[in-house]
Amino acid sequence: MSVLIYAEFAEGKFKKVALELASYAKKVAETLGTNVTAVTVNATDVSELGKYGVDKVLKVTNAKLDKFNAKAYADVVKQAAQKEGSKVVILSSTTDSLYLAPIVAVGLDAGYASNVVALPVSTNPFQVKRNAFSSKGFNITELTSDVKVIALAKNSFGLAEATGAASAEDFAVSLNDTDFNVHIQSQEKASGKVSIADAEVVVSGGRGLKGPENWGMIEELANVLGAATACSKPVSDLDWRPHSEHVGQTGKPVASNLYIAVGISGAIQHIAGINASKVKVVINTDPEAPFFKVADYGIVGDAFQVVPELTKKLKEFKANNN
Amino acid sequence: MKILVCISHVPDTTAKINFTNGDTEFDTNGVQFVINPNDEFGLTRAIWFKEKQGAHVTVVNVGGADTEATIRKALAIGADEAIRVNTVPTDGFAVAKQLAEVVKAGKYDVVICGKESLDYNGGMVPGMLASMLSYNFVNSCVGVEIEGSNATLVREIDGGKETLTTNLPLVIGGQKGIVEEKDLRIPNMRGIMTARTKALNVLDPVAADAKTKAVKFEKPAPKSAVKLISPDNLDELISLLHNEAKVI
Ligand SMILES: Cc1cc2nc3c(=O)[nH]c(=O)nc-3n(C[C@H](O)[C@H](O)[C@H](O)COP(=O)(O)OP(=O)(O)OC[C@H]3O[C@@H](n4cnc5c(N)ncnc54)[C@H](O)[C@@H]3O)c2cc1C
Repeated sequence: MSVLIYAEFAEGKFKKVALELASYAKKVAETLGTNVTAVTVNATDVSELGKYGVDKVLKVTNAKLDKFNAKAYADVVKQAAQKEGSKVVILSSTTDSLYLAPIVAVGLDAGYASNVVALPVSTNPFQVKRNAFSSKGFNITELTSDVKVIALAKNSFGLAEATGAASAEDFAVSLNDTDFNVHIQSQEKASGKVSIADAEVVVSGGRGLKGPENWGMIEELANVLGAATACSKPVSDLDWRPHSEHVGQTGKPVASNLYIAVGISGAIQHIAGINASKVKVVINTDPEAPFFKVADYGIVGDAFQVVPELTKKLKEFKANNN
Repeated sequence: MKILVCISHVPDTTAKINFTNGDTEFDTNGVQFVINPNDEFGLTRAIWFKEKQGAHVTVVNVGGADTEATIRKALAIGADEAIRVNTVPTDGFAVAKQLAEVVKAGKYDVVICGKESLDYNGGMVPGMLASMLSYNFVNSCVGVEIEGSNATLVREIDGGKETLTTNLPLVIGGQKGIVEEKDLRIPNMRGIMTARTKALNVLDPVAADAKTKAVKFEKPAPKSAVKLISPDNLDELISLLHNEAKVI
């Protein structure tokens, strides 16, 4: 009966979203009067999950699963849910988990709601609040099926430590040859840089920066904050920055804790991508820039003066606060 | 090669979002509807296959008669024919089920969907459809090449990209990158005229129960006004970010 989560493990540790999922699932399980089971793939030390409320970990160890494979991983999650008799299965909102979730849902004949931003509004009937219309609205969705699959939006719940330890159990899954019909040939990952998807803080630049040669100051500010860098659409269209950094309705969504926008006007399509960020700071010369309407803190000023000065002051602040 | 492109009919990106009927329905008043942007990228790629390698391109939409203008636009962009499954979409599961019937009947080799629609942002249909059909599936696709029955795809991963190979039949969840924005086509007069003569077949839906329902909508709470800080007082910004917002 327990609530099942799929906890993503990479490079020797659980992703932060996995711990957020555990924290969230713990609360859902409490409401339902049950406990939390996590299923993991090729994870080594699973003890950390216990600190965030997981009671039991099903450890799948299988060399065939070394590389992510949506169909095979979906089988893992489905079989774990069946073994546990889970009525609620929760995944995170990484690109990989969002790839899995609908496959898991069909496998379990379950309803599926993605982009869930809070604890269930009610568990009987089972209703969740989710982002819709590019975060311009919320939708309360009722899952009417016996088994429910939901995907939690990033940074929407946070981490909540719990007391307790998770027991670990080896779990053997049965996989079909057809699970491996899609083959990974190669991967290209920006190394050493924080990716927009994982970032707590994002520093973003727009056309107001005048040219690619001025991005050094954006990167320096990002470095001090341990932030990812991003940009508006015209900036990537002009090839000042790579397309992977383009944020907005047609680019990437950002759900960071802090979003700093420098020289970005705040067009509706850009805002659509950053609505889910918690705190927004805007630096723009034009006091009429629409971005000021959605920002929490604003500086009407020239980026070329403000950004280097802010970087300098943040360095001092970090030095004194660490 | 037979390609099916699934298109959803969504409010234009700049549309104001309002709800009506006690916040239980999306208010379509004054809203312009368009082809879901992720689907338009996929449609453009399908037309490319048609022109460069030879393919027959069908577009399909699950929706009421009000979506026909959007379907005609897809025909004007270059699809050969269109199908509308005549039912108002309820949830991703029910839509995938209707689409699965269309795919089985038409024996399509490649099905291109957008990875999510910009209204409900569900990201459900492509994966569900692939599972129901037991077709191979690649999501968040930013590149696709097909030679015979072999496909090479590029998908986005967190912090990078990955190249994959698989065989047809195949379902793709596509997005920008599958073609670039500059390659999107605006229908010309000739396209619009010929679109009128192309077949738009209306099919009756099969029985398909939804597993979720939208019970209510809410708008985000109105935001308090921005706090303006003088550029000469950046210490104040740092202090606010640290003490008030607690984000640094
Ligand atoms: C269908 C569609 C989809 C779109 N999708 C996206 C999307 O996903 N993401 C996106 O970003 N856009 C998107 N756009 C484009 C969007 O409408 C805007 O054109 C774009 O966001 C503007 O980018 P910008 O603010 O960098 O540039 P601009 O509009 O040129 O604004 C630059 C800003 O910089 C300020 N500035 C100038 N000099 C300085 C200085 N020295 N210091 C500080 N500030 C300065 C100016 O006051 C101005 O506000 C889309 C458009 C369409 C039609």
